[in-house]
Amino acid sequence: MQNKIPLSRRHFLRQTTLTTMGFALGAPIVFGHFMPKGLTPVALSNGASFDSLPGKRPEMIVLNERPVNAETPPHLLNDVLTPKDLFFVRNNGLPPRRDEINADTWTIRFDGEALRTEKSFTLAELKAQFKHYTYQLTLECGGNGRKEFNPPAKGNQWGLGAVGCAAWTGVRLKDVLNAIGLKSNAVYIGYYGKDMHLSGDPDKNPISRGVPMSKALEEESLIAWAMNGEDLPLLNGYPVRLVFGGWPASCSGKWLERISIRNKVHDGAKMVGQSYRVPCKPVAPGSKVEDKDMCIIESMPVKSLITYPKSGAQIKAGKQLPINGHAWAGDLEVAKVEYSIDFGATWQACQLKPPANRLAWQQFNASVSFPQKGYYEVWAKAIDSNGQAQPMLLPGWNPKGYLNNACHRIAIKVA
Amino acid sequence: MPNHQHMDEQQKEAYDKALRDSFRVLMSAIKLLLILVVGILLYIPLKSDIQQWLSPKPVVKTVSNSGVQPNEEDFDKVENGVHLATGLKFAPGFEDVRANCTVCHSAALVTQNRATREGWDQMLTWMQETQGLWDLGPKRARILDYLAEYYAPEAQGRRASLDLQEIEWYILDLE
Repeated sequence: MQNKIPLSRRHFLRQTTLTTMGFALGAPIVFGHFMPKGLTPVALSNGASFDSLPGKRPEMIVLNERPVNAETPPHLLNDVLTPKDLFFVRNNGLPPRRDEINADTWTIRFDGEALRTEKSFTLAELKAQFKHYTYQLTLECGGNGRKEFNPPAKGNQWGLGAVGCAAWTGVRLKDVLNAIGLKSNAVYIGYYGKDMHLSGDPDKNPISRGVPMSKALEEESLIAWAMNGEDLPLLNGYPVRLVFGGWPASCSGKWLERISIRNKVHDGAKMVGQSYRVPCKPVAPGSKVEDKDMCIIESMPVKSLITYPKSGAQIKAGKQLPINGHAWAGDLEVAKVEYSIDFGATWQACQLKPPANRLAWQQFNASVSFPQKGYYEVWAKAIDSNGQAQPMLLPGWNPKGYLNNACHRIAIKVA
Repeated sequence: MPNHQHMDEQQKEAYDKALRDSFRVLMSAIKLLLILVVGILLYIPLKSDIQQWLSPKPVVKTVSNSGVQPNEEDFDKVENGVHLATGLKFAPGFEDVRANCTVCHSAALVTQNRATREGWDQMLTWMQETQGLWDLGPKRARILDYLAEYYAPEAQGRRASLDLQEIEWYILDLE
């Protein structure tokens, strides 16, 4: 019996040990396997699998899904007016859901220290009480081209396509402000939108920027509800937004709910600190710059994009290559566009069209011939009405990587 | 005597039974102890694996209006050292980064950026000061080690050449 017990015990122990091992090793796997779906916060997954870009073409290059940031490949920006489904998306927070938006009851509040009286308009009232205008206005993200800066700057690593030009329809901001009554101490407007801060904190604004009164009161500065004759896409601010052509697109608030007329430079989210600011004086690459030495970006610099052909074209020797694209220059007009096939040693003029209206991008084209077979790059360079040209190298380094207007180039093989 | 003998037998049997009972109790205790020891011994070398198994698996939310159906098998796959679902390098510190960073923003905001340890440290501080990032405690150092190691800046001069690997060459027929 004494023998028997240890035997069975040994057997029992052996079994237990196996079970224990199985438990220690197996259970977590099994548990992991059967863990109910939906238990993990959605944010833990990268989310590449759900439709984060409603209303946009799948060719858009998604830089970030939370918040949604997506740019357009240059060759898809070939239209004079960027189609709705190809217009870049730069979100700082989470946009309102489509079913949270009622365009019929949507209201915009006007307030601030420099307004005679606070006033609210429904979108319908704005449409009914003020004259409508349509302008082709270029919007470019202040950080477009950030990817090329060295040392690298943090944030979305935009390539070339955070830019577009659409026909925007709305009412002039100045008509509305003049109707309400501005005080003489008005300095800046600041917008507030319905998007939510990434943290979900309702007391935080993801972004609340604006422009000085001089820009706010320009004829082309719109409270806009339509893009290319149709409702705004949700990701571009449906049902109503601001549009200030030629300035960093972050000035043009989306899902517009409130405009404050300030008696000082607006101090909302991403107006202060280092956001959308560059060093007031040039600095060496990699420098630390104090907040007080950073100045707000206003008009964007001269720039151009070759939208045809797509980079990587192989053509037969002896053929002329047609190229075309757009050029824009912030508040200014583009005076000239040139191209080079020898890395800037020589430049040839492109044909350049005047803008459809002030602040619209302009179309250029040329017919390029190549002296012999081989690898070429076609570089484009725009020059603005003040004689400022695009640099071939990166422009002055800045801590946040804004305003890269270096020449665009495409690769061509002649065989 | 037989009676006594009988009593003795009974006593012996009771004694044996008591002995067996206490032996059983003793062995049960040893059994539990062994299970514990084996468990601990197994846990120590396999700690990171087990933690990995226990850590939440990424689950993808399917939105009703979405036409794209994700391939569920891909979600925790690691290929060439990259965690496919997030695109993050699969290396020590991965879990800390996934668990803390992707709560607010997608992993793409990490993978597309490059910075020194100091640069990443400043980003974490900025997120804590302005974006509601929580105190990371000892995880901060692990996260910074990971980011500084796998997402460090590369020297590229004043302007990089066109990335020829990226170019998709195509035939363009011209008139």
